[in-house]
Amino acid sequence: MPHNPPLLSVEGLKVHFPVHAGVIRRRQVGAVKAVDGVSFTVRAGETLGLVGESGCGKSTTGLAVLRMQAATEGRIIFDGSDITHSNRAAMRPFRRRMQMIYQDPFGALDPRMTVADIIAEPMIVHQISTSAAERRERAQDLLAMVGLRPDMATRYVHEFSGGQRQRIGIARALAMQPDLLICDEPVSALDVSIQAQIVNLFESLQDRFGLAYLFIAHDLAVVRHMSDRIAVMYLGKIVEIAGRDELYARPLHPYSQALLASVAIPDPEIEATRPQISVTGEVPGALNPPSGCRFHPRCPRAQAVCAREEPALRDLGGQSVACHLV
Amino acid sequence: MAESLLRVRNLTTRFRTEAGWVTAVDDVSFDLAAGETLAIVGESGSGKSVTALSMLRLIPRPPGEIVGGSVVFEGRDLCQVSDAEMQAIRGNRIAMIFQEPMTSLNPSLTLGVQVGEPLVLHRGASWAAAFARAGELLGRVRIPDATARLQAYPHQMSGGQRQRAMIAMALACQPRLIIADEPTTALDVTVQSQILALLKELTRETGAALILITHDLGVVARYADRVAVMYGGRMVETASARDLYKHPLHPYTRGLLASIPRLDAPTGQKLLPIDGQPPDLARMPPGCAFQPRCHTAQPGCAVTRPTMTEARPEHWKACFIDAA
Repeated sequence: MPHNPPLLSVEGLKVHFPVHAGVIRRRQVGAVKAVDGVSFTVRAGETLGLVGESGCGKSTTGLAVLRMQAATEGRIIFDGSDITHSNRAAMRPFRRRMQMIYQDPFGALDPRMTVADIIAEPMIVHQISTSAAERRERAQDLLAMVGLRPDMATRYVHEFSGGQRQRIGIARALAMQPDLLICDEPVSALDVSIQAQIVNLFESLQDRFGLAYLFIAHDLAVVRHMSDRIAVMYLGKIVEIAGRDELYARPLHPYSQALLASVAIPDPEIEATRPQISVTGEVPGALNPPSGCRFHPRCPRAQAVCAREEPALRDLGGQSVACHLV
Repeated sequence: MAESLLRVRNLTTRFRTEAGWVTAVDDVSFDLAAGETLAIVGESGSGKSVTALSMLRLIPRPPGEIVGGSVVFEGRDLCQVSDAEMQAIRGNRIAMIFQEPMTSLNPSLTLGVQVGEPLVLHRGASWAAAFARAGELLGRVRIPDATARLQAYPHQMSGGQRQRAMIAMALACQPRLIIADEPTTALDVTVQSQILALLKELTRETGAALILITHDLGVVARYADRVAVMYGGRMVETASARDLYKHPLHPYTRGLLASIPRLDAPTGQKLLPIDGQPPDLARMPPGCAFQPRCHTAQPGCAVTRPTMTEARPEHWKACFIDAA
């Protein structure tokens, strides 16, 4: 598959939020650089994990890909077409092919609509199924596909548990027969015993329909389980991007190393022998990010050059790292 | 086991809801030795937080009430002492750290006032002495420029620093027991491990016992001496951390451990989820709470409720079925 052109290609994406001051004469005094020059690709049928802590820009990146957030700079190319500046009409066919799965399925589903209506609504908008009977039948098929009973179609969202609501959200996305699902923390709000059900559902749907996922999450164990490749973000930048096995076996960026060391393994005997290296401090604000490498104030190995020059993302044989010391 | 600092027996708490009475904590018993770290693990609705709140008599009434059981701490039953005695214990002998420091800190008071207040209230310290001690405590939880930060308000601090301040406040009166309810769930991954390591280090230094309430089985493995697993308001298994992970006996514990992805597991394997949904506390089955989701259930499991029995030395489970 590596020879196929990527399904999604993001090049030098920047999303800046202007910061204004003054009441009478409003003027821009700065910008929060939520996403600041991010490039990656997602191939058909592939899962790219996007990990990082809050404020690193991973969710904004997902929204920008869907054009739900305007890009300040850069290009978003979906299946060969540059959609960065496409208008509503031009976006419509692409919107169908890219669907979003949210963290909080309750907030994303209308409480006054039945499950059947929730699933049918996008089919009406995109004129996928024309007759009501056809849509009803399709909604029932979709419910079965995500592991719910077809007779649940007449119920309302509040009658369902968190895991079931997430299944409904997935069914609605699948109604569009998408090629790419952008999943923003899709299991982090769910109970531990339910997370595995939804993770397995994502996997089986990928096998069945050849879906590609942009899987945005902070849980590194879930991301490892789900992803083929992983991009690690810190303060609006990708600091490392690599195949799953490479990244987890040999993380090269000090931030990737710190993230992985922070995750406890559910086995006391292993934990007792693991070195507890951990970074100090917290993620600084994106309004005034540190100079040079944005991680340098927290980096245990930082040198003078790290505060001075911003490291570029360099390809080291399939594993790309933005660090002066690697 | 050493002399227990805390002995909880048959604690039962219920709430009146639209669906009728709901038993959120159902006949829960456990012991805690001085200096020990006990993790109470469970999913939302398992009763782990309500257990902690019941121990401190912080259940709003109505709609809630503690209907039975005893919580013997340092020889006194906290369910029987007067409100005034309870107030003298809370924040003094037992301190609590909550999940969201922003909502448990007062936004209109400086850190110095909030960290120093327990000393004024419980120890009769002067405010000058309390401020000085608060500065020391903030330094101890590694807040930079601690003395200057005494004048800071919670909104001027990051999430991790606010949780550090909560820990400083909890430590102020040198409690014998600290109850931390999901203390790092709202924090970023790299900050989580800093805060938990700090909490563990400080309890070790001061000899305080720690009850760590969490849903994260990795955190439990890293920090707990002993584990109690809760499901549907009931305790289903308790053992030393090592024994619980090595020989999980209750089907729910086994299911949880099999369902979570691990950093050290071989890749390409399917997760083994627990089927079904967490129990609805308003409609609990008559027998074992986990029986509707259990692969090993026998007909009797739906009829009779299992009690905790010692299946291995110091390893208790509430299940009729012998685990292989």
